Amino acid sequence: MENRHQALGFSDQDVLKMYEIMLTARRIDERLWLLNRAGKIPFVVSCQGQEAAQVGAAFALNREKDYVAPYYRDFGLVLAWGMTVREMMLNNFAKAEDPNSGGRQMPGHFGYRKLRMLTHSSPVTTQNPHAVGIALAAKLRGDDIVSFVTFGEGSSNQGDFHEAANFAGVHKLPVIFMCENNHYAISVSLKQQFACDHISDRAKGYGMFGKTFDGNDPLAAYEAVKEAADRAHRGEGPSLLEADCYRLTPHTSDDNDMTYRTKEEVATAKKHDGVMTFADYLRSLGILTEEKEKEMEERIRKDIDESTDYAEKAAFADPESVFRYVYEEKD
Amino acid sequence: MAVISYIEAITQALKEEMERDENVFIMGEDVGKRGGVFQATKGLYEEFGQKRVIDTPLAESAIVGVGIGAAMYGMRPVAEMQFADFMLPATNQIISEAAKTRYRSNNDWSVPLTIRAPYGGGVHGGLYHSQSMEAIFANVPGLKIVMPSTPYDVKGLLKASIRDPDPVIFFEHKRAYRLIKGEVPDEEYVLPIGKADVKREGEDVTVITYGLAVHFALQAAEKLAAEGISTHVLDLQTVYPLDKETVIEAARKTGKVLLVTEDTKEGSVISEVAATIAENCLFDLDAPIRRLAAPDVPPMPYAAPLEKTCMLQPDQVEHAIRELAEF
Repeated sequence: MENRHQALGFSDQDVLKMYEIMLTARRIDERLWLLNRAGKIPFVVSCQGQEAAQVGAAFALNREKDYVAPYYRDFGLVLAWGMTVREMMLNNFAKAEDPNSGGRQMPGHFGYRKLRMLTHSSPVTTQNPHAVGIALAAKLRGDDIVSFVTFGEGSSNQGDFHEAANFAGVHKLPVIFMCENNHYAISVSLKQQFACDHISDRAKGYGMFGKTFDGNDPLAAYEAVKEAADRAHRGEGPSLLEADCYRLTPHTSDDNDMTYRTKEEVATAKKHDGVMTFADYLRSLGILTEEKEKEMEERIRKDIDESTDYAEKAAFADPESVFRYVYEEKD
Repeated sequence: MAVISYIEAITQALKEEMERDENVFIMGEDVGKRGGVFQATKGLYEEFGQKRVIDTPLAESAIVGVGIGAAMYGMRPVAEMQFADFMLPATNQIISEAAKTRYRSNNDWSVPLTIRAPYGGGVHGGLYHSQSMEAIFANVPGLKIVMPSTPYDVKGLLKASIRDPDPVIFFEHKRAYRLIKGEVPDEEYVLPIGKADVKREGEDVTVITYGLAVHFALQAAEKLAAEGISTHVLDLQTVYPLDKETVIEAARKTGKVLLVTEDTKEGSVISEVAATIAENCLFDLDAPIRRLAAPDVPPMPYAAPLEKTCMLQPDQVEHAIRELAEF
């Protein structure tokens, strides 16, 4: 295969790191399903099939300065943004030390102020106006940052999607809206969700830049998000990007996807799985050797094992703590 | 001390807070060049410019939602809903987001956002420019709901709302805007959110209310004083969370309690006040708790006679106090 990452300014080390984060997200996800089926955690919401877009996007942003408003499938994004495997496991076991919510929210409801990662809820797309507010505030203060928000294609039908995009367009704000189109809103397929060809076609209606890219390719994600970020920094306003992905798992651990799609369809999609195809790319260039791959898998497994163990043994929040932080508490 | 109107108190509070803190900014429909459809932001666009007095697209969920994001960044946004009736598209942002951000993030993030909204009837506003919306938000922990009655309270409480570290809904009675005038000190002051205020001391009957109805109660009290009926008037000011201690104290003082709202009766803010008194003051009461509210029909029709039937009237308050006094 042709080396595509060099032209984008990436070293072999960079793309290996990119792959390692994608793989870590995947392996965490797989472990969560095992823990769920073993009765250790009540619920899983998955990232599988979307890691490439998430990690590629994160690499195009300034992870020391920019703000992210993720949604519940963004394992790859939050790991790339600085969340640790241990923190991910604490989140899924809903323990007191979970930095996202201390066990108050369901798993995958991210939020980490130290990392400039906004907290979000379960009613979808509410984070879009928040990301616009971050960009508006930064513009008022003269801070040169980008506000990056992600959501599914189901979310793109919500009123808040439109209101946020329109507001950002009117005020030419440095926001990147990235739709992770995984082809399903739980069971509802694309044809029943929207009548245009691409979500990114809507960009024109908001006076912004729009682009659809292969969501299985982290380098395509990087290129698209980089272009959007460059535009934002130049004062050219927001962008609407669409990562064409596929949700490889059921919606959640409580869903049975075989009631609305076929095994064959999922098997076909798996052939394009970004974690697999990017590994093939790295192998073909001799960057991911057998030895390196083994080391990487072992390192990830060790981290997940230790983190799972830690999170399982960690304490739940004190029941009395439910009364805290409804409002600001002095001291 | 200067005498100013209710709406002038709003403008003054906004102006002074914007001068004091550069993080304070205003966003909403028509708040800029137009100065607001009621003129609450009059002159602020000229003084502070379009960066701090932002005319937004007509989209309430975005006005609140973008305000939440800006507040999370460290700003102090004041979001204007043109009419409280039009807040409903923003309800998800208010209830699911602003109210729960601190709690769900375990105190990591917070939303110091003020949402101003004109409410209330008696202005020929029909079904969608007259409503009282407080009950919709008054069982949402994480929110504070302020509903002042006088220019003095408006100014002190709006400043407190803007400085508050948590989201505050600030409901302004639109009929009070120009009808109610009052003295406001020249020097700077801020009033506490979460405190009810005794507007008149009395011995025979306690009236607990808020907003424009406070003035109806005070007028009635003045009139009834001539008949030898002494009325105690408590202004809730903050309708959520309730100042339960002061409510209980006021109920115990006379043992006869009239609760007044211009909202529809069932499930209203005063229903919660009634429950609080029932739970705590049973043996102090000399009469059943009485509630005076709008009928349980969609408030309120446009045609004058229909509106009058739905809108709380001062003489109703007077009659109710007299009846309780005679009980």
